[in-house]
Amino acid sequence: MKLISGRTIVQGQNLDNKLSEEYFNEVATCEMSKEDMERLGVAAEEHVKVKTSFGEVVVKAKEKAGTPAGIIFIPMGPWANALVSGNTHGAGMPQYKGIDAEIEPTEEEVLHVKDLMKTYMK
Amino acid sequence: MVEITDVVCSLCGCVCDDIVVEVEDNKVTKVKGACAVGKSKLMGHGRIESPAIRENGSLKDCSYDEAIKKAAEILAAARRPLLYGWSSTVCEADKVGVELAEEIGAVIDNTASVCHGPSVLAIQDVGLPSCTLGEVKNRADLVIYWGANPAAAHANHMKRYSYISKGYWTEEGKKNKKLVVVDVRKTATAKMADVFLQIEQGKDYLVFSALRAMLYGYEDVVPEEVGGISKKDLLETVRMMKEAKFGIIFFGMGVTHTGARHNNIVNAIQTTRAAHTHTKFNIMPMRGHYNVAGINQVCTWETGYPFAVDLSRGYAWYNPGEHSATDLLVRRECDAALIIASDPGAHFPGESIRHLAKIPVIQIDPFPNPTTEFADVVIPAAISGVEAEGNVYRMDNIPIRLRKLVDTEYMADEEIMEGILEEVRAIKGKESE
Repeated sequence: MKLISGRTIVQGQNLDNKLSEEYFNEVATCEMSKEDMERLGVAAEEHVKVKTSFGEVVVKAKEKAGTPAGIIFIPMGPWANALVSGNTHGAGMPQYKGIDAEIEPTEEEVLHVKDLMKTYMK
Repeated sequence: MVEITDVVCSLCGCVCDDIVVEVEDNKVTKVKGACAVGKSKLMGHGRIESPAIRENGSLKDCSYDEAIKKAAEILAAARRPLLYGWSSTVCEADKVGVELAEEIGAVIDNTASVCHGPSVLAIQDVGLPSCTLGEVKNRADLVIYWGANPAAAHANHMKRYSYISKGYWTEEGKKNKKLVVVDVRKTATAKMADVFLQIEQGKDYLVFSALRAMLYGYEDVVPEEVGGISKKDLLETVRMMKEAKFGIIFFGMGVTHTGARHNNIVNAIQTTRAAHTHTKFNIMPMRGHYNVAGINQVCTWETGYPFAVDLSRGYAWYNPGEHSATDLLVRRECDAALIIASDPGAHFPGESIRHLAKIPVIQIDPFPNPTTEFADVVIPAAISGVEAEGNVYRMDNIPIRLRKLVDTEYMADEEIMEGILEEVRAIKGKESE
């Protein structure tokens, strides 16, 4: 799968409100096609673990029409960025989109933002 | 109740300046004319209530003077400080930021480095045939959004400036305009398009190259499918480009965030140039923060360079692949950071947050956010455009002055920065005695 990230209206509405439930409910999610949801055997709101060679994160699955099979979209924010490398390939810009990712259903909990940030402080 | 007209929105690069706000008991109670995102910003959210300094793992409230003094001590003692952010505040604060960077020999970088930094590099390489949003509104009859979803990210952009707006020569609005959208997903913006080109992720460079070849008359070299888009659809797009009287490509993170980075933008600009062999065509980055264009301006006036500037040598040194905040953090090079008007805790790659969370961090912001979780000195600021005024630059580099709508006890970013600069100078003065 290829991971991409980007803005959503609700993510934008909560830019100044990132510690809120509204932000968590919108941004700690992973949008994908109906086809991929069925292939993974997950229903909306069920948890999935997304892994890249840089990290892994648990988010809620969400079916989104218009997302092509093979693409997963996580709204920009701490959950998406837990999967992003800091390698800028000499251009100053990390690669936030088009990251090779694996995805699987999980029973693990989705970390709230404060708990997610704690993982960086160890 | 007081109604304030012509309010300027301080959220995204659209900087809409036709908002109407109602104020009652020194609070914004109603917002008219803003998009859903801008309205949420102007109505406000929970604040950082007090300046604070982290002691034994938790933030303890303190006075502004104490927080500013502590921030100055950290910065004056740092060997490789990073000053980052600057895009959700006003140019007046940014100017003091550059002065502070010179004073302490810091690296100063802004959010362009995780946004349109590649666009800046491309523009430095090949220039930018562009225009103002006013020209787009009054003249454009073909609008192309490429790797951008304004319906979510710049929700008033189409209505005020592009596809849906009505202008002097576009008085019938979208009736006489065409919309082309290039995106990986069929977004809300894509659903409005006359032509939607659903591109395979990361294939932008190839598709720009195909369009260039076709615009120069070499359609025979283009294969039947490029980046998931049929040759038929590409030819239709080229026909629309040639027939337009005034075309514009607006491009977003879908182009800057992928593998080819600035090379994508160079090719996008060259595609615009190819269209010049037929008609008037323009290109413009969809800038994100309301004043990211402004910090690029201020940083350029003051240092010669728009972002990722290293002032440790006593003169400005510019090499974004070396001095972007991300690169410095991944190399674990900086030993202290001042973060203002941005939130790297939410928007930097996990790999760079790991180092940021370990070094002393000073945060200046109106709102608590993921960066607050590991900040060591937290200084709450007035909200620019609501509680403080100042100049900002719209995405087309038009300067607009933000207005103050309500009074506040919070210090403005500019005052906080001046306070830190003064304290740093006092410390350096004592050291040199």
